[in-house]
Amino acid sequence: MSEAVGTARVKRGMAEMLKGGVIMDVVNSEQAKIAQDAGACAVMALERVPADIRAQGGVARMSDPDMIEKIKAAVTIPVMAKARIGHFVEARILESLGVDYIDESEVLTPADYENHIEKWDFKVPFVCGATNLGEALRRINEGAAMIRSKGEAGTGDVSNAMMHMRKIGGEIRRLSSMREDELYVAAKELQAPFALVKEVAETGKLPVVLFTAGGIATPADAALMMQMGADGVFIGSGIFKSGDPATRAAACVKATTFFEDAKVLADVSRGLGDAMVGINVADLPAPHRLAERGW
Amino acid sequence: MKIGVLALQGDFREHIQAVKTSGHAGLTVRRPEELAEIDALILPGGESTTIALLAETFDLLKPIRERISAGMPVYGSCAGMILLADRILDGADDQATFGGIDMTVRRNAFGRQVDSFESDLIFDQAPLRAVFIRAPWVEEVGKDVQVLAEVKGSDGASHPVAVRQGLLFATSFHPELTGDLRVHRYFFDQVCAGAIK
Repeated sequence: MSEAVGTARVKRGMAEMLKGGVIMDVVNSEQAKIAQDAGACAVMALERVPADIRAQGGVARMSDPDMIEKIKAAVTIPVMAKARIGHFVEARILESLGVDYIDESEVLTPADYENHIEKWDFKVPFVCGATNLGEALRRINEGAAMIRSKGEAGTGDVSNAMMHMRKIGGEIRRLSSMREDELYVAAKELQAPFALVKEVAETGKLPVVLFTAGGIATPADAALMMQMGADGVFIGSGIFKSGDPATRAAACVKATTFFEDAKVLADVSRGLGDAMVGINVADLPAPHRLAERGW
Repeated sequence: MKIGVLALQGDFREHIQAVKTSGHAGLTVRRPEELAEIDALILPGGESTTIALLAETFDLLKPIRERISAGMPVYGSCAGMILLADRILDGADDQATFGGIDMTVRRNAFGRQVDSFESDLIFDQAPLRAVFIRAPWVEEVGKDVQVLAEVKGSDGASHPVAVRQGLLFATSFHPELTGDLRVHRYFFDQVCAGAIK
C-alpha cells in the first residue's frame, strides 16, 4: 500500500472543498470565531487587514507565529496565512506551523521582484493572485494549487476584481475557440507554458480552483463574482472594517451559496449597517496599487 | 434514479458529474422543494460547519432528517460523513448533523492539510486509490453499522473510513476527485437499488 502526502491531487483537492464558500481575513481569535460562526469555509490569519496595511504603510510581512497558533486553536475550519511574494523562508515557517494553505500575496510587500516561490517543493498548498490568464498559468506552472483573481485589496471597490474575472474568463473563452495550431502563438502571447495553454483550451477552465478577491464588501459583490464564474470568494477588509461584522459575514456566506437568487440576495442585504468606507481604485496613485505586484 | 446533491457549499459539481456519468439524473438541492423531488441524496465534501449552518438557516435540517428516517438512501463523503454521524468529536461548538448512522466521527482526525494523503485501500473486494483531505475517521460504531474499509492512522491503529448502516453510506475519502466511479456505483447499485421503485 503506497501512501503519498502533498500530491498535486491532495493540494488541488483541498481547494475543491472550499468551493462555494467565503474565506475571511481575520486578525485575532475572536474574529476567527465570528467568521466560523457566520459560516466561513476558511479564515486567512494576518496581522493587519489590507485596508490597514494601506493606511499605515511600511513593509508588510508574514504574521507572528503566536498569532497564527492562537487562531488555529480557536477554530476547526481551515486556517490560511500569507507569505510575501518570493519569500520561501516565510513559506517554510508557515508550513511548519501547519497552516492549511499559504497565500503568496501581493498584499504583503514583495521579497523578490522577479521570482515567485518554487511551490512544488512544499507539502502545504499555495494560492496565488492573478490579473489575467497568463499570470494564472505561470503561477500554476510554479506549483500554485489554487488561483484567486487579485482585485485591488483594501479598497472596498469591486471594479478591479470584476476586470480581472472578465479578463481571465475572456482569455479562457478565446483559447477554447482556437484551432490547435494557433495555440502555440497563444502560449507565446500569454507568456505561459504550452501544455497548460492546451489543457485550458481543451477543458475550458483553469486546471485549479479559481476564487476571487480584492474589494468585495457586500453580499451583492460576492454574488456578482460568483455569477462571473468564481468558484468562491475571499473577503478581506470588507467584513471586519464594517459596522456589524457578524451580520455582514453571515450575509456574504448566504449570498455566495444563493448567488443566483435575487430574492435571497435582497433579504440578506437588508439592515447590514455601514459597509467599509472604501477608496475608489481610480483615486489610488499607481505605486499604491497592489494588483500590479506579481509578474 | 433522481439523485440529489446537497449544493450549499463544497465540491457538489464533481458529485453531480459522477452521478451523470453513471447514467442517473443529477440535481442540485438547496431548498426543501428540491429535496422533495429526489430519490436519493449525496452530501458532498466541503466544510461541515458551513454546510450545517446553511442547512439550518435555509430550513433543510429537519426535512433531510425526516427523509432519512423515512428511508431515503444517502451517501456522504468526508464532510458528508460527519453530517451523517449521530455523534462527532472535535467539532465546532453545537455543530449540528443530520445524523442517522450510529457512529462517532472524529473531525480532521488524520491531521491538518499538510497531513492530507492518497492511499490504496480495499473497497468492495478490489483495490481503490483513495484521496483523504483533512479527513475524519470513524472512532466507534454501533452494532448495526458495517465497516467497509479501514486505514491506519498516525496513532498506529486502523480506523474505519467507509461504513454503511442500511440505506446510509459514508466515506472519509473523496471518490469524486479521482474519476473512479466504483464508490458511486456501489451507492447506486447496492445501497439505492431495491430501496427505490
